[in-house]
Amino acid sequence: MTLDNLRVGHSAVITNIYNKATERRRLFDLGILPGTRIENVMSSPLGDPIAYRVRSSVVALRREQARLIEIEE
Amino acid sequence: MSTQVETLNQCGSCASSCHHTAQLTKLGIKIRNWDYTVALAGNPNTGKSTIFNQLTGLNQHVGNWAGKTVSRAEGAFNFNDKKFKLVDLPGTYSLLSTSVDEEIARDFILFGKPDVTVVVADATRLERSLHLVLQVLEITNRAVVALNLMDEAKRNDLTIDVRELTRELGIPVVSMSARRGEGVTELLTAIEKVSLNAFPAQARQLRYGDKKLESAIETLTSNLRETFDDLPNVRWVALRLLEGDESIINAVRTGTLGTMKTETSLRQLTLSEAR
Repeated sequence: MTLDNLRVGHSAVITNIYNKATERRRLFDLGILPGTRIENVMSSPLGDPIAYRVRSSVVALRREQARLIEIEE
Repeated sequence: MSTQVETLNQCGSCASSCHHTAQLTKLGIKIRNWDYTVALAGNPNTGKSTIFNQLTGLNQHVGNWAGKTVSRAEGAFNFNDKKFKLVDLPGTYSLLSTSVDEEIARDFILFGKPDVTVVVADATRLERSLHLVLQVLEITNRAVVALNLMDEAKRNDLTIDVRELTRELGIPVVSMSARRGEGVTELLTAIEKVSLNAFPAQARQLRYGDKKLESAIETLTSNLRETFDDLPNVRWVALRLLEGDESIINAVRTGTLGTMKTETSLRQLTLSEAR
């Protein structure tokens, strides 16, 4: 399952990150790594972007970015 | 000298913290003949500018949003008869920069050769902040962690074992609530100690434990040392080359690596390469 399918209020553990280059680097810098627990906190009115809680911070990701992050509930 | 400067005692707005910071003289923008340069780094929105204003008496715009400080601001202060230049850097999550303001911060820590780098960490988001701390420690061991927003942390029932953190990182860690002026003297004392090389411990440095990687790093660092003899952080540069960091590769290729002393040169280089 990928992160964009995680429902609001649910959390999961990241298993793989397929984002490329600087975007991948950025995710790592924000503490988004394989093995990290991530929670869908809320979704914007149009459903994109989505706010995720990770390591006590809230980070917004676009759906196309979240689609490349594999999770396990 | 003392007639020109605004001492803390004359500063009505911070009367409450007077007795804590008795040996501090805020010098504002009177930056001349400083003994030590101190860089102020940290994640966005962790209170860097608040600390900057506390120490210099300046009024850098403080705001509760990320990306507020887009260029660096400079000020000065006097502590225990030593003059310090303080450089407030834009907030950054990483030194492996992807944006212009992050590059300003990275270049200054790398090539500005500050005597002390203070990494301001958010006590309520410690894990994320420590990432940058470890990156800074890959470049320099002359660093201090200002564990800011401790009042917030307390409100969220978080306790942080500062002594253990100091031991693990091998550099001074100071608890602060900068907006209340708490921890300022402790921070100044730590900055002074590190400037004087008086802090005994050893900074934690990441070792990747991979033989192939370490031997590649070794080959590169000795080559780099031959070409750029006054580079203070060859290991870091070697790691970036192995990672494929374009701006560093270009700087090595054009031979400008050791000469990048301003915050703009790397950027200009990257821009001209892109054209």
